Amino acid sequence: MKILVPVKRVVDYNVKVRVKSDGTGVDIANVKMSMNPFDEIAVEEAVRLKEAGVATEVVAVSCGVGACQETLRTAMAIGADRGILVETDVELQPLAVAKLLKALCDKEQPQVVICGKQAIDDDANQTGQMLSALMGWPQATFASKVAVSAGKATVTREIDGGLETLEIALPAVVTTDLRLNEPRYATLPNIMKAKKKPLETVKPADLGVDVAPRLSTLKVVEPPKRSAGVMVADVAQLVEKLKNEAKVL
Amino acid sequence: MTILVVAEHDNASLKGATLNTVSAAAKLGGDIVILVAGSAAGAAAEAAARVAGVSKVLVADSAVFADQSAENLASQVLEVVKAAGGAISHVLAPATTFGKNVLPRVAALLDVAQISEIVAVESADTFVRPIYAGNALATVKSADPVKVITVRTTAFEAAGEGGSAAVEQVAAVADSGLSRLTGRELTKSARPELGAAKIIVSGGRGLGSSENYHQVLEPLADKLGAALGASRAAVDAGYVPNDYQVGQTGKIVAPQLYLAVGISGAIQHLAGMKDSKVIVAINKDPEAPIFQVADYGLVADLFEAVPQLTSAV
Ligand SMILES: Cc1cc2nc3c(=O)[nH]c(=O)nc-3n(C[C@H](O)[C@H](O)[C@H](O)COP(=O)(O)OP(=O)(O)OC[C@H]3O[C@@H](n4cnc5c(N)ncnc54)[C@H](O)[C@@H]3O)c2cc1C
Repeated sequence: MKILVPVKRVVDYNVKVRVKSDGTGVDIANVKMSMNPFDEIAVEEAVRLKEAGVATEVVAVSCGVGACQETLRTAMAIGADRGILVETDVELQPLAVAKLLKALCDKEQPQVVICGKQAIDDDANQTGQMLSALMGWPQATFASKVAVSAGKATVTREIDGGLETLEIALPAVVTTDLRLNEPRYATLPNIMKAKKKPLETVKPADLGVDVAPRLSTLKVVEPPKRSAGVMVADVAQLVEKLKNEAKVL
Repeated sequence: MTILVVAEHDNASLKGATLNTVSAAAKLGGDIVILVAGSAAGAAAEAAARVAGVSKVLVADSAVFADQSAENLASQVLEVVKAAGGAISHVLAPATTFGKNVLPRVAALLDVAQISEIVAVESADTFVRPIYAGNALATVKSADPVKVITVRTTAFEAAGEGGSAAVEQVAAVADSGLSRLTGRELTKSARPELGAAKIIVSGGRGLGSSENYHQVLEPLADKLGAALGASRAAVDAGYVPNDYQVGQTGKIVAPQLYLAVGISGAIQHLAGMKDSKVIVAINKDPEAPIFQVADYGLVADLFEAVPQLTSAV
């Protein structure tokens, strides 16, 4: 059984991004880039399924600029067997990525696609669900537990009110939440090995997909700043302020 | 122009998030139609008909919606959009785990983009949405014939009552047969829902254990009639269930008063609560970033300060 894992190159989660002064976007020049944390969880889950003998091959896919190769190498250092880069300089939006992934699923025929539930740059939370709809497959989003056996997956999902468990037929799309697993650190030998694993590059046109963006960004601004607060000396003063100044008690 | 709002409900009633979504729809200008797809959902449909500003309620009542599966719901929305023959210009749902699960499928099946988690409507095709954990606000314009949108509920007031919309039954789609709900464990609590609470007492790793979390924070929450929230670290460590998590990837809240106890204030946490009206931080580290967004900061050991606060309020 083959598992496909899409991975996105994003600004590292520790970086506090700055909005460009001309309002065209955020400044990502010279900023540390990493794999989207939810995708790292997805790769880890796929590799664990392989280690458990459930999956036979883990294929990582990244869509975007040439530098996404690094993200694929990271996935291969965690344990993915090979990588596919869909290379383009066009700004990719979730629908376009879902279509690229559909074209790759048609070709690669995976039984499971494990996506991160959202990317921490655009915070869209769409790609997995879109891919699942385009394939006509079932989906299990926001997974905190995944078990795969004979033609089906049992997935526990984190929902607003608590947890829910779904049984879905394979092939299917699963999207990861934070508590699915804790990704391993790639060891130096595995990083070295990853450099030798196969990495294929294709273009959106090779897959017959139109990736033109549907949304145009008119401007990007900083959110309103909260005005500076005050430090209180003790609990008595805090209560006094909350009652008489903020009037929230 | 008709705006379709996909209701989040539990068959017996509408979820509050649906009411915020209706308010966002009202900002677009046009007829608002609510779709209630459920199983024995008559009461929810009646509640939808009473929402102010709604002109029609469509009810698809069938056992295929008992699980509220994304597959069946998305097909139903697609059918409704198609049946309207181009009249539906917008499809909206709340940006809750419900809406986030269902709506991207609808967008993909319509071959349009989804605009996620809008916080403002500029015009019928232009919207504002947070990106990078709310560290930037993007204004985006959609060129698609149908705008599929999820709505950040804290950015829009809840629509009131007073409507008397017509209720119309529509044929339900067939079951996809691909997915089956086998279990649901909902956290039971007598406290207000996080999303709707006026006051939230939220605890982080500083609490140190599940016992401490409950022993220290519950009496305060009880006295204030507050909901309880948590940082990711507190949830990961098992102090409280996942649905307590506030943040970029948890719940977005904006209460009148948010008390952050033993929470450092990572950007991912701030993303979920920095629109609260008043923020109080109690932390023993004067350098903790949470103090940069707090209206009132108290540098103290929470194990002393919180019990004092509980007896003082
Ligand atoms: C992809 C991704 C998504 C994330 N999503 C979220 C999210 O949605 N929500 C979220 O919250 N986090 C999220 N995080 C995690 C986030 O980065 C932080 O790790 C987390 O918020 C830290 O939780 P904390 O403040 O409780 O813990 P810590 O950062 O460990 O802070 C504990 C605080 O408690 C204080 N403290 C300790 N003891 C005491 C005491 N006795 N009295 C008073 N103060 C005390 C300390 O001074 C410290 O400031 C995410 C991270 C990633 C990578």
